[in-house]
Amino acid sequence: MTMAIWLTENSKIIVQGITGSEGMKHSRRMLASGAAVVGGVNARKAGQTVDFDGKALTVYGTVAEAMAETGADVSVVFVPPKFTKDAVVEAIDAGIPLCVVITEGIPVHDTAYFWAYAESKGNKTRIIGPNCPGIASPGASNAGIIPADITTPGRIGLVSKSGTLTYQMMYELRDFGFSTCVGIGGDPIIGTTHIDALRAFQDDPDTDAIVMIGEIGGDAEERAAAFIEQNVTKPVVGYVAGFTAPEGKTMGHAGAIVSGSAGTAQAKKEALEKVGVRVGKTPSETARLMRDIMKNL
Amino acid sequence: MDLFEHQAKELFAEYGVPVPTGKVAHTPQEARTYAEELFAAGSKKVVVKAQVKTGGRGKAGGVKLADDADEAEALAGQILGMDIKGHTVHKVLIEEGSAIAQEFYFSFLLDRANRTFLTICTVEGGVEIEDVPHDKLALIPISPLEGVDRAKAREIAVQGRLPEAALDGATEIIERLWAVFTDEDATLVEVNPLILTADGQVKALDGKVSLDDNASFRQDHEKLEDKASADPLEAAAKAKDLNYVKLDGSVGIIGNGAGLVMSTLDVVSYAGEEFDGQKPANFLDIGGGASAEVMANSLEIVLSDADVKSVFVNVFGGITACDAVANGIVSAYKLLGERGETVNRPLVVRLDGNNAELGRQILQDAALPGVEQVETMDDAAKRAAELAAAGA
Repeated sequence: MTMAIWLTENSKIIVQGITGSEGMKHSRRMLASGAAVVGGVNARKAGQTVDFDGKALTVYGTVAEAMAETGADVSVVFVPPKFTKDAVVEAIDAGIPLCVVITEGIPVHDTAYFWAYAESKGNKTRIIGPNCPGIASPGASNAGIIPADITTPGRIGLVSKSGTLTYQMMYELRDFGFSTCVGIGGDPIIGTTHIDALRAFQDDPDTDAIVMIGEIGGDAEERAAAFIEQNVTKPVVGYVAGFTAPEGKTMGHAGAIVSGSAGTAQAKKEALEKVGVRVGKTPSETARLMRDIMKNL
Repeated sequence: MDLFEHQAKELFAEYGVPVPTGKVAHTPQEARTYAEELFAAGSKKVVVKAQVKTGGRGKAGGVKLADDADEAEALAGQILGMDIKGHTVHKVLIEEGSAIAQEFYFSFLLDRANRTFLTICTVEGGVEIEDVPHDKLALIPISPLEGVDRAKAREIAVQGRLPEAALDGATEIIERLWAVFTDEDATLVEVNPLILTADGQVKALDGKVSLDDNASFRQDHEKLEDKASADPLEAAAKAKDLNYVKLDGSVGIIGNGAGLVMSTLDVVSYAGEEFDGQKPANFLDIGGGASAEVMANSLEIVLSDADVKSVFVNVFGGITACDAVANGIVSAYKLLGERGETVNRPLVVRLDGNNAELGRQILQDAALPGVEQVETMDDAAKRAAELAAAGA
């Protein structure tokens, strides 16, 4: 049996927004990669079925109903930004253990609201995202839009703010493979953080080493460095994007902005190196650093 | 989107937050007219304030007091056109002078680290908040579920150690600023200074507001955009729904995914050090898809920048396979040809990931003029910098 964090071969996935074009496309991809997608949710299309290359999935009216009928423990959210807050609140109310929010362009007030709501319910629902590619445990399951077939199962854990850099790292290190890859997203407020993933990888007996990818904006990487110093004994390799980003300009991700002297890539790199994390200058160099570690383990 | 001070104050006024009376002038003559109005209405002094979206205006000489309309006109003449930290002053706020008894600081903002909202309030206002010792600041988390009511607003003012005389006024203002913060989808509402006047009123003497672009589907913020000073290329890219930021180098960049594009800028800068300091000319994220139209629009925007001497297309095929990207590039060339445009600068393409070999083959067979393929991101960045140096 493959071990992994948060998402395993036993995970049963429902898709909120399964009847939309993105939900449909990625449900098909998840199924093709071997993930156990067991149903969808859309209040206006409850009772219908959606056919995925011969596999018919039922659309339920609510997350609670879908969980009761299918035993689902993971929800992937593809609904448009204006409906996302309600969709996540519904998932939290249903008590689903993992809610992966793929949707991009959610107002930060909505994210702050559903995060606070999850906290008020005792954090029974782990939220990943929003504006993220999701989570994949290669060979076991895949919740989101990560192209699982570009890598293999293995013993590296990956946590990243960036989708494409996640894919690139998965691909460059495909000969070693990954236990779990988590895309946490690039918004100013996110559910699962670098620290959450570092803690889980440290505790996971089937993860030997960790790649952590950050980018400009906020101080999540600095806080992760402090966490690593105190709590992580497994080798960590880091990469930070945005050294040449100008101050005051948002670089694609809503959270990727250098404000004054805060949130620079240089400060993040220095904080990580200070606690013994080897930081690559380019993504390829970062992959090489991890390769060296894996060879010598 | 950041607002100008005058826009922030107009917004405050809509929500019932007291602000000094003022108007925006674009010329010294206009400044004179508005100053005359204010003096006629009883102002003892008039303030001329540069409207730029950056801090440190006072130190730069962008905020001045005038005793009469002549002086206001002369000061506006000096301040208009001034450069403050790279921002040209195109307008000044002409405002009644306030008799300041005491200055405070107040803000609502995002607390990224704690994934919630935060308020900062202190009796030590009118200076850079970073310079105020932490034990003088009230830093209070605000739950998005609970918000700020009258009682909470008063608690914030008390914890900020605002004087008794300012408590009632500040409480009312804080409650109203919370409405600005939430109803307008703001990510920052800052008043520095919040003042107590000699006659006992509390007012917002300055205002800084940032609004969340992601909320555009439920907010009418487009009218607040500063179209006049927007970069023309950024405006053109926005009109085509492209995620583009103009930079000042010579290597045009097109890539997929914000993180990968940021990383590409870095790698090109490093590579450029060997080639007379070539730098990236822009940030352009084409996102998940790579249709011919998106690629054509992207090439069109990047090539319309005269500083661009070479273009680096850096794509990692994740969800979008590289053969689709390669076909997108080939079709983009056709599409540009139909629009009567030619790609007249060298293009370095790096395709990796899903179906990379197939994609590379498609590009090789198409033999587009000026297109070179390089296998790795680092080597491709080098080649693009080298070509930019050669074309300079």
